[in-house]
Amino acid sequence: MLAYAIRRFGQSVFVLVLMSFLVFIGVYAIGNPIELLVNPQADEVERARAAAALGLDRPFLEQYWVFLKGAASGDLGRSFVYNEPALTLILDKLPATIELAFVAMVMAIGLGIPLGLVAGLKPDSFVGRAIMAGSILGFSLPTFWVGLVLIMVFSVQLGWLPSNGRGETMMVAGLPVSFLTADGLAHLAMPAVNLALFKLSLLIRLTRAGTREAVLQDYVKFARAKGLSQGRVIGVHVLKNILIPIVTVIGLELGSVIAFAIVTESIFAWPGSGKLLIDSINQLDRPVIVAYLLVIVTLFIVINFVVDVLYSLLDPRVRLGGAAASH
Amino acid sequence: MSGGPLLQVDGLRMHFFTKAGVVKAVDDVSFTVGRGEILGLVGESGSGKSMTGYSILGLIDPPGRIVEGRIVFDGTDLTRLDPAAWRSIRGNRIAMIFQDPMMTLNPVLRIDTQIVEAVQAHAGVSRESALARAREALVRVGIASPDERLHAYPHQFSGGMRQRVAIAIALVNGPDLIIADEPTTALDVTIQGQILFEMQKVCRESGTALLWITHDLSVIAGLADKVCVMYAGRFVESGPVADILDNPLHPYSRGLIDSVPARNERGRPLRQIPGMTPSLLSLGPGCPFRERCASATPRCAESPEVTEPSPGRRLRCFHPAR
Amino acid sequence: MAPKVEGPWARFRAEFAESRLAMAGLLVLLAILAIGILAPVISPQNPYDLAQLDVMDSKLAPGEKSAAGRTYWLGTDDQGRDMLSGIFYGLRISLGVGIASTVFALAIGLVFGLVAAYFGGWVDTLIMRIVDIQLSFPAILIALILLAVLGQGVDKIVIALVTVQWAYYARTVRSSALVERQKEYVEAARVLALGQARVVFRHLLPNCLPPLIVVATVQVAHAIALEATLSFLGLGLPITEPSLGLLISNGFQYLLSGKYWISFYPGVALLLTIMAINLVADQLRDILNPRLRK
Repeated sequence: MLAYAIRRFGQSVFVLVLMSFLVFIGVYAIGNPIELLVNPQADEVERARAAAALGLDRPFLEQYWVFLKGAASGDLGRSFVYNEPALTLILDKLPATIELAFVAMVMAIGLGIPLGLVAGLKPDSFVGRAIMAGSILGFSLPTFWVGLVLIMVFSVQLGWLPSNGRGETMMVAGLPVSFLTADGLAHLAMPAVNLALFKLSLLIRLTRAGTREAVLQDYVKFARAKGLSQGRVIGVHVLKNILIPIVTVIGLELGSVIAFAIVTESIFAWPGSGKLLIDSINQLDRPVIVAYLLVIVTLFIVINFVVDVLYSLLDPRVRLGGAAASH
Repeated sequence: MSGGPLLQVDGLRMHFFTKAGVVKAVDDVSFTVGRGEILGLVGESGSGKSMTGYSILGLIDPPGRIVEGRIVFDGTDLTRLDPAAWRSIRGNRIAMIFQDPMMTLNPVLRIDTQIVEAVQAHAGVSRESALARAREALVRVGIASPDERLHAYPHQFSGGMRQRVAIAIALVNGPDLIIADEPTTALDVTIQGQILFEMQKVCRESGTALLWITHDLSVIAGLADKVCVMYAGRFVESGPVADILDNPLHPYSRGLIDSVPARNERGRPLRQIPGMTPSLLSLGPGCPFRERCASATPRCAESPEVTEPSPGRRLRCFHPAR
Repeated sequence: MAPKVEGPWARFRAEFAESRLAMAGLLVLLAILAIGILAPVISPQNPYDLAQLDVMDSKLAPGEKSAAGRTYWLGTDDQGRDMLSGIFYGLRISLGVGIASTVFALAIGLVFGLVAAYFGGWVDTLIMRIVDIQLSFPAILIALILLAVLGQGVDKIVIALVTVQWAYYARTVRSSALVERQKEYVEAARVLALGQARVVFRHLLPNCLPPLIVVATVQVAHAIALEATLSFLGLGLPITEPSLGLLISNGFQYLLSGKYWISFYPGVALLLTIMAINLVADQLRDILNPRLRK
């Protein structure tokens, strides 16, 4: 287990450095930020001074080296636009994104697994078909368009929910959160539903497919032949087997929820890191783009690691570190 | 306890109502199993023998349904019971063992969980006493160091060991009847013999009746007291094992027995029954075997009645072999 | 009764037609494809011919008549453009981008997947490691960064979509090719020295097709949705190539003032397209998945 953790850590650092290099090359190629940052009337001298101040006049590899040295000590550069450390900017915005993603994921899991089970156990019933039709719809609806329709209905037509911002927040453990105040909840409702919808559909389909396959297995018939109650057969024998792929997907999707939050945050003006990224791309704020990506990649690596550990806890056939046991 | 046989299946019909039509998986099958008796239920795959087993346990799922007949177990007609009452018998007084031991144990649950839940589903006992029973059952099926084994997962066991665990689970509540659906087919030949021997021993010791479902007559010969032969979902003939094997009356049973390789006929090509099993979907009235039967006459297009050619033997054929 | 003799294609059609929902999806999809192809012929107006636009007609509600007496069934946008025509042209661009990127991604993924499965060893390890790393990041994030680097344009968005999609195909092809490769006939073909190309194309490739078809169908829908999302965020297509996503984005600013139709109807068209493809894909998956076969 320890050896596994160390090897994983080594791999992660390698992926991070590789990603930083690729991202750095890519972002380096984006336009010339001086054009946007300096007053258009500024003369050559002034431009050169600005470029020198931001380190933009040095060769590419030197810029990358400076960045790497800084990164090793937790300094991911300063934002051209806000003149603040890029990391600080992102870490300020990240809690809002994580709150949104977390609430969305909880909604998706809490509804998706039960609905998927029902649809999988009774695939030909009216309820089963209705759930499935709903999930095809949810799968097909583009996230951003659902966001627009939600605003159209609940903000413009009905006037029930606010269409932008985070609302009143409360400090919990030094971080502002929205879900504890009524105003915050009202602001959180639409973005969270919007972000949850796609994952909800995904979980319904995944759970349904797993259930349909599991109920045909002999071990389910054997469990029933033992005289177990329907609840135990489904709740333990079926659920524990289908949870293995589901947990994996939930883990992987957690990252994708944070990424998709970029879209939701843009629509609902949710002040999170995704909106910061879009703004930074539009303003060619290179250090913030690079820092955002590195933070997200780190987050993904951590999530993947946690998922692997969970996976090995759920499936006795998988042992971390060694080759998987035979089936 | 009533005075009759332990299990009496009487005119059982179990049909699947599929989009393509009605599949008569079990169509008018009758037999009895006495207390402590071993009955071999024999037929090719698709003859409805497994479905008969599932019917007795009430494990038929839609679109399948028992449409007719009685399953009288210890004086109670199971088909009239509500699902909860049927469940209280299942795994408790009637247990079942399946064909493929690699598939019957849940791969993600430990062995102790899988045995203890079988005990606790039927008796309000503590986990400790359920574990004690589990340990005892494992010992009875010949598993050494049961304490270690209880903490293992199925993938840590061989096929033969898994089948022993499945048998232990079937035995743990002291059932009156065990339905064994070809439990040795998927195992190595050497393991087959061991399992067969132990099943027989355990059942004889505890007076448990056994309904042994198989396609393999050679297994039945040394194991069963009585045999019931099925073909295409229908009852063919039944009787004491020695009578059927030595003197089969139905042309199908005769064909089955002739196709078993015998030691004293080495070098001779095996005899086969010509033709193929009919599709259950398009099966009309009359004897389902007539298309493949050398003795068939136009009369076979009608369904023959069940006759009793000699005491203890029952037969459904117009042209019994002599 | 003699058993009916059917070819695999007839059986496939019969099984597909078992689901009325899937048939409905197929019909809608065919209609949408026809609209996309015929857009310049059937549109009431060429929405990008400035000579045909009249600013007086801007932001008319659905069903209103223009100054010249024409009825705009789905209303007009801020430029006075007929939304119906805009949607027809938008479908053409969205479908084109989706299909083109799928074809390229499929071709690239197929080659890499087959190479990985056929050669094994370090080639396989290298390709699959790249695939794994890429697939551990959400498609939208990769596409977003690529577009931020590449800039706007049809070619740019196709590159971005191909980059995020090829890995799915590579993985699918490799896993089905590996299963086939272990079968005896492939081994036999190798022993007979039938030539590597022949083994790959005659034996491995045909057996990878069923899962590939399912993945490709789903991915067309994903590609269309992703393009729309990126265009909505202002990072996809330029304003001169207005796909559905761009139309929706364009109407977003008028949404809060109650002029819903500029965003809403292009969204409905997008939804119908994606949904029709998903319905067809679902049925294909059910038919082609051997594990659910009776």
